[in-house]
Amino acid sequence: MDVVNQLQRQFIDYSASLHREGFLDDQFTQLQKLQDDNSPDFVVEVASLFFEDCEKLINNMARALEQQQGVDFRQVDASVHQLKGSSSSIGAMRVKDVCVAFRSFCEAQNREGCLRCLQQVTHEYSLLKNKLQTLFRLQQQILAAGGSIPVVE
Amino acid sequence: MTVEQIVSEGKDQFPIGMRVLAVDDDPTCLLLLGTLLRRCQYHVTTTSQAKTALKMLRENKNKFDLVISDVHMPDMDGFKLLEHVGLEMDLPVIMLSANGDTKLVMKGITHGACDYLLKPVRIEELQNIWQHVVRRKKKDRCNSGSKDKPHPDSGEAAGIGNVDNNGKLNKKRKDQNEDEDDERDENGHDNEDPSAQKKPRVVWSVELHRKFVAAVNQLGIDKAVPKKILELMNVEKLTRENVASHLQKFRLYLKRISCVANQQANMAAALGTADSAYLRMGSLNGLGNFHTLAGSDQLHNAAFRSFPPSGVLGRLNTPAGLGIRGLPSPGTIQLGHVQNSGNPTNDLSKLQSFVPGNHNTNILQGMPMSLELDRLQHNKNVGHIGELPTTDSMTVFPGSGNLVDARITGFSNNQLLGVTSNSLMLEGSSQQATSHTSVSAIGFQNGNALSDFTSIAPASNQLQDSKAGSQGQASPINCNAGQIIRSAPQEWNAPRKDAPYQSHASINSSIPINGAMIQLGQCLDRNNSIFHRTTDLDSVGPLNFVDPLSIKHSEGDNSIMEPSVIEKEGYLMFQPRPHGSHVPDNIGSLEDLASAMMKQVPTNLSVLLQEGGCNGYSLRTSI
Repeated sequence: MDVVNQLQRQFIDYSASLHREGFLDDQFTQLQKLQDDNSPDFVVEVASLFFEDCEKLINNMARALEQQQGVDFRQVDASVHQLKGSSSSIGAMRVKDVCVAFRSFCEAQNREGCLRCLQQVTHEYSLLKNKLQTLFRLQQQILAAGGSIPVVE
Repeated sequence: MTVEQIVSEGKDQFPIGMRVLAVDDDPTCLLLLGTLLRRCQYHVTTTSQAKTALKMLRENKNKFDLVISDVHMPDMDGFKLLEHVGLEMDLPVIMLSANGDTKLVMKGITHGACDYLLKPVRIEELQNIWQHVVRRKKKDRCNSGSKDKPHPDSGEAAGIGNVDNNGKLNKKRKDQNEDEDDERDENGHDNEDPSAQKKPRVVWSVELHRKFVAAVNQLGIDKAVPKKILELMNVEKLTRENVASHLQKFRLYLKRISCVANQQANMAAALGTADSAYLRMGSLNGLGNFHTLAGSDQLHNAAFRSFPPSGVLGRLNTPAGLGIRGLPSPGTIQLGHVQNSGNPTNDLSKLQSFVPGNHNTNILQGMPMSLELDRLQHNKNVGHIGELPTTDSMTVFPGSGNLVDARITGFSNNQLLGVTSNSLMLEGSSQQATSHTSVSAIGFQNGNALSDFTSIAPASNQLQDSKAGSQGQASPINCNAGQIIRSAPQEWNAPRKDAPYQSHASINSSIPINGAMIQLGQCLDRNNSIFHRTTDLDSVGPLNFVDPLSIKHSEGDNSIMEPSVIEKEGYLMFQPRPHGSHVPDNIGSLEDLASAMMKQVPTNLSVLLQEGGCNGYSLRTSI
């Protein structure tokens, strides 16, 4: 069972670091709490949905911002708003923070600022995706080793 | 879901198993929301499309207890959905958004949301949302009950208010519900008066209502006290309590109309041309809405955004009220006690009388009176469009008179609503539109309409621009308006110069009204078809409203009023008034009424009213 303990400790540490670094916030913990026997893959499911959604929205924003004729900031703003909503729902704090800044650039109709934010959002999203994938892998390993996922408060 | 139903079914387990409909275009949020809600042990249905949600709600209004919706959605604005739901189904709606701007929250509240949650939503917040369902039920129950007696409801309400203690609350509620149920059963259906006295239910027939209105007018709306009204009416077996509760509803109705009237005025113009589309108002319960007037102001406010809360359209779904439903609930149709500025009141009463006159009840039924939109849904009979149950029972308008009012209110509202929102703007209505703009605001319109309304106000021109957007939504309202107008027109027939709409033909018969109603219902679909449905009704086609009015005049054809009005929307909305001063036939009157009420411009309305076109309606005479 040492393996399990080790894995669990790793999981806890990793989780804590993600929280510390602002990748995840309390909302993510809430999500984890929602996971139970009836929905054992709940967190993974939500996260996957989020990633898909995120990619779609980022593409929308990119397309809208690339318009040479004239950027439809309302459209960009709508996408950013949605991303803000979903990222806050999943607990992706850093992504959400970028969205907040992004929105003010949209309101100011600042194309440069928006493009910068778009870059940032893309960056944060990739980072988060990697980190969560690592976390999920750890979870799977724990379960495979017969252990249970520790709840990180 | 009626209160009784909820009470009886969910008594033991509520809030467990409460049926929630969750709408959010973001899949992540939707999944999360659904999971959280299931964790609270609610019965959850999710959809990412607002249109799908509306469809589901319309299919069976009683299928859900509560709706949670995101604000930003691609296919339909959350506020519009909110308005629709409020108008048609009178269900509590909770808004959800990542944006917590005060302005947005305010917008949500004015549109009738009973709560506004911020994303990310937490389970603790969702655990108490059932309180909104209970609160609404109580409110409906209280509203439908007699005012005089302290309702056990209030007791319950108080009990329920304590949301912390769920268990206790449930139990208390249960007990109280049981008591009330007993009383209710004994007392009869719609009158949920929990008072111990089991008074025989009073059916506010057209005649009765007419007398009532006449008495009120005689006394003056401000001085009209139940006792004096009762004396003036001199009807056997009518108690002061009956009169009191009827008066309350009437006052609300008037208030609603006045708000709507302003908007409607605008819309009316637009409506004039609208085809039956607006009649479609789909769920127009017509009467039902009316009741809701009395009941909820939420919707009302929301709908009108700009209007004062006196709201007409609020969620009129007071169970009792729905007269249209076929429940003859005495109070139901009560035209809402809309307190319009002096003039309107009278007018309204006049209008009211019109409707009642239609024994066609169908008409009333048909008339979802925008107000009643919600109700329509309930009333299968109402059939909204086309279905207007031809049953003679006035069920539709419990108090036929009420219907009238409802119509009127609705009408004005619709008009405005429908009109503004879309094409309603009647072509010709420009004249009217200007005056009535305010009316349109009436909440009827589904959220869309409302928005449109505001825009319509500017001028009939706008009306003409059928706003495509609102159309869809507006239609429902329009329909009502149309219907209302239609029904009203009959009465008004009066001097409409325009008589263009004389689709009359059978207008007098309930058909017109029905048509209107139906149309309103149909309006939803935006197809003008709604009105068409009523063809047999009398041409009241979308314009039904207008027609009724015109019908009188022209007797000739049933052409349903030239839906010159907006037809795009299918609303019957009033036909464009030729001069704006007159309500083009029926619609005009409504519009006028509305505008008059709102703006205190009695010209049209008073003219209308005075002219009375309606044969049977006391309105005319009283005017």
